[in-house]
Amino acid sequence: MPLLTQWFIKSALVYLTVSLLVGVALTAQGAVRLPAVVDALAPVYFHLFMVGWVTQMIFGVAYWMFPRVSKENPQGWEGLALVTYITLNVGLIMRAVVEPILALRPAPVWAVALIVSAVLQWIGATVFAANTWRRVRAR
Amino acid sequence: MPRLSCWFIRASLAYLVAGFTLGALMLTLKAVVRYDGVGLLMTPHVEFLLIGWTVQVTMGVAFWILPRCEGGTSRGAVGYAWLAFVLLNAGVILAGLGPVLGDAGFIRLAGQVAEAGAAVAFALHAWRRIRRASF
Repeated sequence: MPLLTQWFIKSALVYLTVSLLVGVALTAQGAVRLPAVVDALAPVYFHLFMVGWVTQMIFGVAYWMFPRVSKENPQGWEGLALVTYITLNVGLIMRAVVEPILALRPAPVWAVALIVSAVLQWIGATVFAANTWRRVRAR
Repeated sequence: MPRLSCWFIRASLAYLVAGFTLGALMLTLKAVVRYDGVGLLMTPHVEFLLIGWTVQVTMGVAFWILPRCEGGTSRGAVGYAWLAFVLLNAGVILAGLGPVLGDAGFIRLAGQVAEAGAAVAFALHAWRRIRRASF
């Protein structure tokens, strides 16, 4: 298993755990009084699960299992996969932190940070699609 | 990788990029004008990523790697899998773009029926391939 796949899958497992804990906090908010920031965590919960867990797990397994580009260079350009890993995760973590803060205390700095997080995640997905496209071929 | 898996997976990659593009646009609008995300962009964002990306890439990989039928050469009722591909993509486009096309209720319903039909067709294809591998 390539090193980057290990990072993708281990990170995905962390996001799965964190997203489910956020889900617990969202549900618990109805029964016990938690900080107001918990109310703003619903979109964070969905995206930690769908992007951090589901999508990242698919990225990691696809990077490992999809047909090789060549014998010498089985996974294609590793640099692009590294760009995907970094931008997707930095973008997602930024979003998870900034989105609730922006909801509670709107300020230009948080708005800019949220846009940066969106752009980073978009780069991660687009680079993954471009890097994977040539490995998806009929034999 | 069989040709149908290529179609499934390449279509899923296209939906991945389209869905993330809409998501980035919604997040940007949220940051700039406090856009709440409930509107024209939310439905295609969810349809593209939930069905067009995750379900479709899963079907593509499953068609490729599930055990082959007896004899080891055939993937069984391939017609059902092709039907699933056509219905799934028609469904995602109709259900996702329904609100943009105007008559959201009927078009979206038709898209969701097509998506359910895709699930049935893929299950009919895959059912016989889900078994203990024979050595």
